[in-house]
Amino acid sequence: MIQMRPHEGLVIDGFTLGEKLHTGGFATIWAVTHPDHDLPMVMKVPTILDGDDGPTIVGFEVEQMIMPRLTGPHVPKVLGIGGFDVMPYIVTEMIDGGSFLPVFQKAPLPLSDVIEIAARMVAAVADLHRQHVIHLDLKPENFLQRKTGEMVMVDFGLSRHDQLPDLLAEEFTIPMGTYPYIAPEQYLRCRDDLRSDLFALGAMLYALATGRNPWGTPETLRGVRRRLWRDPEPPRAIRPEIPEWLQEIILRALSVDPMRRYQTAAQMAFDLSNPQQITLTARAHKLKRDGWLQVFDRWRVMRRIRRFTAPVSVAAQVASVPIIVVAVDLSPQGERLAEVLLRAVKRMLILEPDARIACVNVIRTARIGIDQGTDDQGNNLHVLRLVQLKAWAEGIDLPDHRLTYTVLEGPDPGQAIIDYATANQVDHIMMGARGHSTTRRYLGSVSAQVVAEAHCSVTVIRLPEGRAVAAGPALPETEAAPA
Amino acid sequence: MRFAVLTDIHANREAFEAVLADVAAHGVDRIALLGDIVGYGADPVWCCDKAAELVAAGAICVRGNHDNAAAGAAEAMSPLARRALEWTRGRLGATEVEFLAQLPLTAEAEGALFVHASANRPEEWSYVTSDTKATPSFRASTARLILCGHVHVPLLASCDMGGMVREQAFRPGLPIPLLSSRRWLAVVGSVGQPRDGVAQAGWALLDTGRGELTFRRTAYDAAGAAQKVRAAGLPEELAVRLLVGR
Repeated sequence: MIQMRPHEGLVIDGFTLGEKLHTGGFATIWAVTHPDHDLPMVMKVPTILDGDDGPTIVGFEVEQMIMPRLTGPHVPKVLGIGGFDVMPYIVTEMIDGGSFLPVFQKAPLPLSDVIEIAARMVAAVADLHRQHVIHLDLKPENFLQRKTGEMVMVDFGLSRHDQLPDLLAEEFTIPMGTYPYIAPEQYLRCRDDLRSDLFALGAMLYALATGRNPWGTPETLRGVRRRLWRDPEPPRAIRPEIPEWLQEIILRALSVDPMRRYQTAAQMAFDLSNPQQITLTARAHKLKRDGWLQVFDRWRVMRRIRRFTAPVSVAAQVASVPIIVVAVDLSPQGERLAEVLLRAVKRMLILEPDARIACVNVIRTARIGIDQGTDDQGNNLHVLRLVQLKAWAEGIDLPDHRLTYTVLEGPDPGQAIIDYATANQVDHIMMGARGHSTTRRYLGSVSAQVVAEAHCSVTVIRLPEGRAVAAGPALPETEAAPA
Repeated sequence: MRFAVLTDIHANREAFEAVLADVAAHGVDRIALLGDIVGYGADPVWCCDKAAELVAAGAICVRGNHDNAAAGAAEAMSPLARRALEWTRGRLGATEVEFLAQLPLTAEAEGALFVHASANRPEEWSYVTSDTKATPSFRASTARLILCGHVHVPLLASCDMGGMVREQAFRPGLPIPLLSSRRWLAVVGSVGQPRDGVAQAGWALLDTGRGELTFRRTAYDAAGAAQKVRAAGLPEELAVRLLVGR
């Protein structure tokens, strides 16, 4: 079957093996060069024992199937794949920043670092989920960093591509994953829930903030099973300076029932970058683990549980809880339009009942010179706009944590809205467009710019009167037509 | 090379035409027909002549059990299939019978084996309905990919390096990578009489260069085809089947 073993100096399909960089439990990593590729590369070769080594082979088949289908900065670029007939391998670009494990070993980290690192990790996972892949083995050593800052995920041997056959599904009878980070539903052998990755992120975030794993380092499945009913020590009990909002994020991500967690990585990212907007619940204030009676009650329910309900598909789950930005024009000329926009937002919530609405307003600042933060009467413009924005949104019936308000500032309102949408992984922008004045036609309108340049869907709302006027000239012709 | 794999057309002109239009839109290099061009449907002559025309232009075509029976061979069949067969025999001319009779039982191209039913004994027309039923095909052939039909319900199975055969779940319309570490068997869904509850013509797109297979569905005028079945005096069940895809 396999004809070759890797060694320094071996040449295969044009790749020359250099130094062995790492020996892991299931694979070795080699530095390689190729005359056609002028970049640092690594080759991963599975360590296949003689005879039948099912798990390693299937895991590597899964990687060979999934990795070439991934794109973007959060995954390594694949440059070559070798079949099992000669020597199985995957060649990828070398990630210059190296592994993330040493950073974890320094935990607890300064809180600003925790938040910044968490935001980058969550962004990477959101990008992976967007490509229909659930990683299912997220842990510090599977995150590498680029020099440019992006986190890169590696080791897709346990991953699940929602649109490809799951070669691992029937292969093993025991739960697969890394014990400190594995989600309860993974323990119950579910491989279809992207929220399992959010649980692992919660566990890593907990470790970065407190210096410990939420459930220690269990070595047996029995030890893993305890997390179905036993709550972890609240992070603030270990490190009091952790803000309540961060504890809220961590404990929400670590909820046992996936339905109670963040529903998408994008939603978790949104909270990490908008902490002042997080609604704190009882878990934010918690300073002690739950009492034994409460734990006992949970144990009685959980010891019988066989599965949690998994989403229909990754794509459906990512789309089911969209983040919708509503850009509101609060000027007097925009008043009528703002009313119509509000009605449109309410209708949208009938279609997308789980959506999160982020209301934004942009203060246009001068391109050059010092900006005035206060108006002529001395009111703080920023606060004033925020109050107005909240007043506008009063009719939207959503719980606080799903309705947020942000006032942006910038010389170019369209660009400010686009940047905000990109940074927050927004799914949909709704905004009004004013009439068809000549100036607008030549200078371009904000909504036209957003429609042209945003990376998500955009709905533009117009006043109904505008349409009637535009349709005007056509009417006489219709009347003139013979009946 | 990109192949369009069509099977079990069953004299359904509407479905056959719709799939050929879809195939043209996808741009393929070669067409493969996995048999059962006739039987059940109302347009056996048109479908036979179209198949012959495709073969003349380079298409692969193998013989199915209905083709065999229509060309005169004795085949065990359900009463429904028997009635349709007798009607079909009365319609086919010498050209069509001759075309069906000369079709081979198997064909090979680009490392793939094309056959109507199970590959172990093609002339016995065994149904491949599960991974267990796919095992004999993998034993009988060394091909990287075995493509067959006959069941009218699509199925995908892989045979790993240890010889373990497993059914693999897939979603229609999405390319499935056929990993080179395994051998694969695909039962392609029926063009002219789908039986998996979807009243759309089934076929498959094989890209040997990329090593990918896509199960596809094409909507067609099922009501029109059912109407023709009724007008021809064929059993009502055959018309209803087209409408519900079962």
